[in-house]
Amino acid sequence: MLSIRNLHASVDKTEILRGLDLDVGAGEVHAIMGTNGSGKSTLGHVLTGRAGYEVTAGEVRFMGNDLLAMEPEDRAREGLFLAFQYPVEIPGVSNMEFLKASVDALREHRGQEVLDSVSFMKMAREVCKAVNLDQNFLKRGVNEGFSGGEKKRNEILQMLLFEPQLALLDETDSGLDIDAMKIVADGVNSLRGAERSIILVTHYQRLLDYIKPDVVHVLMNGRFVKSGDASLAKMLEERGYDWLRAEAA
Amino acid sequence: MSEQIDNLIKKEYSAGFVTNIESDTLPPGLDEDVVRFISAKKKEPEWMLEWRLKAYRAWREMVEPRWAHVSYPDIDFEAISYYSAPKSAADRPKSLDEVDPELRSTYEKLGIPLHEQEVLAGVAVDAVFDSVSVATTFRQKLKDAGVIFCSISEAIQEYPELVKAHLGSVVPQKDNFYAALNSAVFSDGSFVYIPRGVTCPMELSTYFRINEAKTGQFERTLIVADEGSKVSYLEGCTAPMRDENQLHAAVVELVALDNAKIKYSTVQNWYPGDEQGRGGIYNFVTKRGMAHTNARISWTQVETGSAITMKYPSCVLKGDNSVGEFYSVALTNNFQQADTGTKMVHLGKNTRSTIISKGISAGHGSNAYRGLVRMNPGATGARNYTQCDSLLIGGKCGAHTFPYIESKNPSAVVEHEATTSKVSDEQLFLCQQRGIDAEKAVSMIVNGFCKEVFRELPMEFAVEAGKLLEVSLEGAVG
Repeated sequence: MLSIRNLHASVDKTEILRGLDLDVGAGEVHAIMGTNGSGKSTLGHVLTGRAGYEVTAGEVRFMGNDLLAMEPEDRAREGLFLAFQYPVEIPGVSNMEFLKASVDALREHRGQEVLDSVSFMKMAREVCKAVNLDQNFLKRGVNEGFSGGEKKRNEILQMLLFEPQLALLDETDSGLDIDAMKIVADGVNSLRGAERSIILVTHYQRLLDYIKPDVVHVLMNGRFVKSGDASLAKMLEERGYDWLRAEAA
Repeated sequence: MSEQIDNLIKKEYSAGFVTNIESDTLPPGLDEDVVRFISAKKKEPEWMLEWRLKAYRAWREMVEPRWAHVSYPDIDFEAISYYSAPKSAADRPKSLDEVDPELRSTYEKLGIPLHEQEVLAGVAVDAVFDSVSVATTFRQKLKDAGVIFCSISEAIQEYPELVKAHLGSVVPQKDNFYAALNSAVFSDGSFVYIPRGVTCPMELSTYFRINEAKTGQFERTLIVADEGSKVSYLEGCTAPMRDENQLHAAVVELVALDNAKIKYSTVQNWYPGDEQGRGGIYNFVTKRGMAHTNARISWTQVETGSAITMKYPSCVLKGDNSVGEFYSVALTNNFQQADTGTKMVHLGKNTRSTIISKGISAGHGSNAYRGLVRMNPGATGARNYTQCDSLLIGGKCGAHTFPYIESKNPSAVVEHEATTSKVSDEQLFLCQQRGIDAEKAVSMIVNGFCKEVFRELPMEFAVEAGKLLEVSLEGAVG
């Protein structure tokens, strides 16, 4: 599914990722944990092709393609999804219009028929229910005036609508109460399947109680210093990161 | 050798031809004789000539206004030719193959049908095509309702009393420099009269008149809605319009008598100049409406063309309870400059006005909103609401707001709201990450921004206007 080799990336000439390797197979759930500033968010932005993130070395293959050579919208159309840590507002553009434009673009890319407005609306309403968002949110501007939790649930709503091959959730659990986190977890779990992979970027072990990861990685200074099974997350919760710093040094 | 001589002869011949008074194009320059020539060419009655001459004499004493937030080189008014007859069929392109490919590709993007493309590009079409017969049935229907819709030249001949009573009643000859110039030399334009109590049975569109008269650079429009009547008028079209004349100075006058309603919608897409800002039309237009008791005048405009625009469609709310509205989208891309807005002059009691202005700047474009709300001493209980929003795309464009509020009646209420926002990289990236390419994303954001104005446009115009913004913004991101 995803294969990252020796990835180096800089923002404003400062190197953030320093030789990162990662393999995510189909159907796997990976969790990436790490301290602030370790490069967790940068990884998501580099993979999705955000401007301002410069790849200085390395290779990324996604579904057999050279991911880094693709335009951001094509990466999305090929099935790479990023749930943003801080979803931006787009006033004036209704959520419904935005979602329809996205799904149209994705379906067109996959060679599927573009949905008519009525069938799309029906689908969108069902997904709304799944993430416990009132249908009125579809009529409002994209993320406009949404609370923090509503914005995050809106990200999950989009993820469920797009059915991506690989979803990367960037601290989607941050700032959520337990109920909202369960909704996020249910959303992710419902998407789990033999063909889909998920990368969870998180600070807390808590989310992993609800979504059981196959592999946990610890990111430090722009590279993975340790990988293990779900028990690694528990250990981090108990012992913090200092012991790993010592081990890595 | 002989070829050279041949060329010389031809040159002299053509130069000599222009001075011939019987020719179709006047030499550059403006004096009383030119005004007389134009009036004579149009076989106008004496009163019309006098009216034009009065305007000309006033214009001579006036100075060009330079207070707008735009910059352009001085215009040499002596270098302009003030009369040019419509091109003969022989001079026009024979088919669309002879038309500028760039222009054609824009037609394609806007989805304009082939035969309309031919009309717009000025192709000499000899066969009778659809719109002529459409126009004929259309005219019959209007006639049955008693509506007059014809060229202003025709109206001067056929309905002199109506024209005499209203021409210059809203925009007098001496109103301003460009209005005076227009009054002296106007080439043609539209005249509309809706009789008392009649609701015009269809939207009136200049499109149906496109083939009848080449209205040229000094267009004059007069719309009179008699008591209790209603009309919706559409001006322009979304297709890009090219013209050899750089300066355009039109005048539009609306007269809404008691209880009448006039809705005037414009989509303006004159040639804006190339990507470096060369060429392009200067659009200096005077548009004003007079609303009598309980009357309503509504201006809706979508402006994407022209290199330089100075335009302030205004309402004089003379009668009690009259209503004035202004809904505007003005877009400037590349090196376009626009200084546009409105004037709402409240004279009567309980008059109301609404101003919704949306300015979009991209590239090196500069967009200024200039609006005046005046509450005269008699405007007891009058209200105005102004909302003025600017959207910036990229880091090299500019937006400015110059609101003027003069309130001389303590019971009048004036509200003004203004916002400035920017299409951010974060917004574009969110769209891209959801599979939407940047151009589509910008057009979605811009359309969302303009929603309140598009809502006011007649249905088919609203759809076209959205498409037009998309095409006009091409290359604004990337």
